[in-house]
Formats: sequence, C-alpha cells, structure tokens
Amino acid sequence: MGEKFDVIIVGAGPAGTACAYTLAKSGVSVLLVERGEYPGSKNVMGGVLYRKMMEDVIPEFYKEAPIERQIVEQRFMMLDEQSAVTFSYKGMEWDQEPFNNFTVLRAKFDQWFANKAVEQGAVLVNETVVESCIVEDGKVVGIRTDRPDGEVYADVVVLADGVNSLLAKSLGFHKEFRPDEVALAVMEVLKLDKKIIEDRFSLEGNQGCTFEIFGDSTKGILGTAWLYTNKSSINIGVGAMLSGLIKHKIKPYQLLDYVKNHPILRKYIQGVEQQEYLAHLIPEGGFHSMPQIVGDGVLVVGDAAQLVNAIHREGSNMAMTSGVLAAETIMAAKEREDYSTATLDSYRVNLLNSFVGKDLKKYKDATHHFEKFPHYFEKYIPMMNKAAGQMLTIDGTPKKDKQKKIWKEMGTAGQKFSMAKDAIKAWRVMK
Amino acid sequence: MLHIVACIKQVPDTKVIKLNPKTNTMDRTSAPAILNPYDAHAVEEAVRLKNKYGGIVSVLTMGPPPAVKAIRKCIEIGADEGYMISDRAFAGADTLATSYALTKALEKIQKDTPIDLIICGKMTIDGDTGQVGPGIARRLDMPPLTNVNKVVEVNKEEQFAIIHRKLEDGHEVIQTALPCLFSVEKEINEVPFSPLPHMIKAARYKPTIWAVSDLEDVDKTQLGLKGSPTIVSKVWPPEKPKGGEILDGSPQEKVEQILSMVLEKKELFQQHKEGV
Repeated sequence: MGEKFDVIIVGAGPAGTACAYTLAKSGVSVLLVERGEYPGSKNVMGGVLYRKMMEDVIPEFYKEAPIERQIVEQRFMMLDEQSAVTFSYKGMEWDQEPFNNFTVLRAKFDQWFANKAVEQGAVLVNETVVESCIVEDGKVVGIRTDRPDGEVYADVVVLADGVNSLLAKSLGFHKEFRPDEVALAVMEVLKLDKKIIEDRFSLEGNQGCTFEIFGDSTKGILGTAWLYTNKSSINIGVGAMLSGLIKHKIKPYQLLDYVKNHPILRKYIQGVEQQEYLAHLIPEGGFHSMPQIVGDGVLVVGDAAQLVNAIHREGSNMAMTSGVLAAETIMAAKEREDYSTATLDSYRVNLLNSFVGKDLKKYKDATHHFEKFPHYFEKYIPMMNKAAGQMLTIDGTPKKDKQKKIWKEMGTAGQKFSMAKDAIKAWRVMK
Repeated sequence: MLHIVACIKQVPDTKVIKLNPKTNTMDRTSAPAILNPYDAHAVEEAVRLKNKYGGIVSVLTMGPPPAVKAIRKCIEIGADEGYMISDRAFAGADTLATSYALTKALEKIQKDTPIDLIICGKMTIDGDTGQVGPGIARRLDMPPLTNVNKVVEVNKEEQFAIIHRKLEDGHEVIQTALPCLFSVEKEINEVPFSPLPHMIKAARYKPTIWAVSDLEDVDKTQLGLKGSPTIVSKVWPPEKPKGGEILDGSPQEKVEQILSMVLEKKELFQQHKEGV
C-alpha cells in the first residue's frame, strides 16, 4: 500500500498551491501533485494577478515574487472596425505599496509560489498525472496516478485540477460543460524591448498598464480581448464564449489575428517577436454552473469549481481564496478527525459567504444575459463609436443639429424603446 | 554489498539553447537545466546493478546550488544517496580540474563506504569531451572502460566485471578488475518512467553538500579556473547546412529528378573511388 499523507492536492495552480501553502505552514503533511514539468508550465491566464488575495496567503509577496509590472493604468476600449471609444483610469496610488494588482507570467510566478509551499514542507511531485480518485465505501481515500506503484492515500483529497476537472467529473460532481459555460482563450506573449514598452505605453520604471477591449475585438461575440504589459513582453489575447465561436464559425486564432492586425491596435505591438502561444478554456458559467464542491473526503477548488467572475476578469484571486478556505476547513476537520461531507461542507458555506460566493451570485445572470442578447456587443458598441465620432468631428454643423442627427440614427421610437429596455435589463444583471 | 557511484552533471538543454551572436558562447539562461542525458543512463545502469546484486547507489555532482535538481532527478531514477560539491572555488573548471575536484569528493565518500564501481555518462552534451570519467579513473588508479554498452556481470566477491565496449564495427568483450570506472553509451539501457514512491522520495530529498573546506588534502591550485590549463581560443557556431529542396511531381518524376541530381554530384563518386 502506498504512503499516506494528511492531504493530497491535485494541481499546483493558484488554488492548489494556496491550499498546500496554508496547510503545510500549519504542519499538515501535504502531497501536491502536478502534471506539468513544473508548476506553471501548463497554466494560462491573461496575466493580471490581484494583490489582496495573494497577500492573504503570503503577506508582502511582491517584495520577492517574480512579478512583471505593477498596474497603474487600466484602459477599457469599445472597439469598432475603424475606431475606438476608450475609457481609462490611471492613478499613482497604484504605483506605491501595497499596489493594486500586477502583471505576471504564470510559468515563472506559479513556480515561485509552489516553491514557497515546498519551503513550508509540502511535498511537490511534478510530471505526474492523477488518473482517478481511490474511493472506498463512497469515501475518497486517495489517488491513483499514471506512475508504477502510483497509489497514494490521504484523509482528504483536494481537486485543484483546473477547468473541466476530470476527477470531479468522474466522481459525478458535474457533467461535461456546455459550450455556453466555457470561454476559449488564446494568447500570445510577444517579446519587446523594455524601453520601447515604457515609451509606447507612457510608463515609468516598473509601471504597467492593461487594456480590456470589447466589441469588434471579438466580432461581436460575447468575450474580450486584452493587452497587458510585462517587463519586456506584451500579452495579447482574446477569449470568447465557446458557444459564440461555434455559432459564428470563427476559430479563436482567427480572432487573435484580427485583433493583432486591427488598425487601432496594431501599432501597440509593432516590432515584436513572438515568444509563446497559449490556449486555454476558462470556466465562465458562473454561479449557475458551480458543480458539487464537497464530498466525503474530497473538496473542489479554483477553476475546477468554476470560480471565475467573467465580467471582472477575476479567477486566480477566487482560486486562491477557495484554496485557503479549503485549507481552513481541512484543519478544523483534522482536529475533529472527521472528514465526512457534513464536516467538510463548512468549506462550501464559507466560500459562498466570502467575496467569491457573493460576486458569483451578483453576476449569476450577467454572462447568460449578454450571451442571449448579442446586440449589446454587436450593435451598441458601433453606435457608441459613431456618436462619439460625429460629435467630435468639427465640420461646421451646429452641435444641436449633430445631436439631432445622432438621435435620429439611433433608430425609430420603437427601437429606442427596446434600447432603453436593454439598458435596464443590463443594469439589473450587473447591479 | 556493492557500492556504485554515478557521476552526473546538470547541463543546459542544448536542443533549445541559443548562442550569443557576439561571443558565440552559450546563453545558459535561454535553456532549461536538465540532467545530462547520458548520465541518466549511467544512473539507470547503476540502479539495475543494485537491483540485481544488492547494494547502494550514490550520485555525485559538482555544480552551483540549483544543480540539486539534477540529483533529485537521479533519486527519481532510483539512486539512494546524493552528494554535491559546490563552491565558488570550483567555478570555471575544465575537465582536468573537474576530475580533480570530483576525485577529492569520491575519496571522501570512499572513507565511509568503499566504492566498487563508478559509472559516468559517455560525455556531457554541453562539453562533448568525455574526458572527466577517464580523468577520475586515472587519478584513483582504477581501469577506465569507455563506450560501455552492456554490463554482463559484476562480481564483487571475486573482484571482477565483464562488459561490452562499443566499437565501430562490433563490440569488444572485456573482463576487468574491480574497482573500475565505466563511461556508458545511451543504448546500454532505457530509463523507465519512475515509480511514484521514488518521485516522493526525490521531492523530499536533501543531498549532502560539501564546500572545498569540507574536502581533505585539496591542492587549491588544481581547482577551478586556476587549475584549468584549457584555453578556449575561439568559439564559432557550426556552419548551417544549406536548406534542402522539396521536389514536386508524381513519385516516378520525383525519383527521376533526384537520380539526376545525385548523378550530377560527381564529387560524391570521385571521393568513393579515392577511398577505395
């Protein structure tokens, strides 16, 4: 029989590692199993790491972690074919400790984070695929890996195996996700000289900026494109709901090519050298898609639990918080030596009471709403661009006439009425 | 009980490494550090002999602190113990100074548990010299056996081993006295997917690390750059082979085209004639 640990965690991403770190720090014996060559080698995200939730795990991590840049400006672009309406906030308070958020390269950051867990005593095994959970009398008691003598046991198994968690699925916790519950994202890391990045994006030193790009960047499909500055590279990517991609018969890399060659955007990435190409599924079903996350001797955290706030592009922070909450529940269960569903269920309760549950509930209908009514992206963003363009073009037309013209072009009274209804509906799902 | 020591090295993965275009030296940050592939076979062979005859397998390396990772890889393969010598004084060593430093470490290991057999990879993929193994053997006054592609028998009691050495046109069967040193070819074995218990042991493993001051009777003038008579006068990348040509047409046409191209290369046939 294989060795027994207190806890086995499957997957060394933000959720699994936060959980491993928290447990190991309290002296719990932890085995962290990662399928990649090293933690981070298979992990993908747009690139923004939120400071607060990471600091809940390791205070002042930014003093030693491999972060790329602290973000001081966030731009939001409503993109049309030949124009863009941009809203931006730049604040110098974000340039000072404790900062707001950072850009990171996951291959570096996750590796560093996992090493911190190892320093606390977690045992990290890479290049090992967990094939199934060992279940005895309805209770999860260990895992089976693809290696010889590959069985190992624990009081609790934490599934942090990412979106489309095969292990949670094989336990019957969720079905195959539907195409409207996941987004497909593709991204390139483009190498560019540090100095050029700083000049091009008006940055000083280690400051960074982010672009979130809506509208034409996904050809009207529900999704976004993004452009983030690293130290000496740029992340540019686009993600869209799988259902929308299928419906419009567009492949994600075609969208990315379109974004990279868009007249408004192409100058930002001029002169780059392609460094990496990444693709990943993002669980965006939100609250309604959350699977069962607690069982006898087993907990599900992070992407595997569908913890992503698509509207605010948050995921890694929710993952970390879920990892920490799972660790706290396990420590309490360890004291009582009871790892039953009833005891472990406090993880689910605490998660739903945390910002994770609250935000997921708040936006529970948002993506579904925008998915159902694509004209928010297809129609209103071009309309906004047209209005701004007309208003700001000085051609001798009196402003009042311009306003009349814009108003007229927004359609008939009936169309305006449905626009107002749309606005109210959007407000309801977002409020 | 057999005591086998495998000498290993962490190297940049030369499959992906880039050259600095100005100096033509390897940009070591451009490639991940891996266990020298030949050394993995050396460790695997040591582990197989241990499984066959009983005993222990130790691995030894010289390198900077991150080279611990290469030792862990050996533990994954099945080694029992790992030793590393790591000190600024070793930096810049050529093969002469490297074999000296490793020999000092082997002498220290030997004091605890006498060594019956040392196994090295044929060469490293970053240096390609294959000199360190024989250098160690010479210093320890034991027979070096290079290009070993099969170990037939190791007999501790009667102090001999029988091996095959790879030759260009076959192999040579040799019986040697123990202790001795093998440097092994890749085809000697296949390194299997490591079992999980080895992975867990490796993840926890902390090797013994020695600085120069931990070793005995060390002549410091023979260490590192000071102890390295090798002078690199010039470094240049190998000439890039000219790009090939892709032929179009039916298989018949392609064969005809390629035949006429080969026949045009008269020098190919001339050389052959001269060779005869």
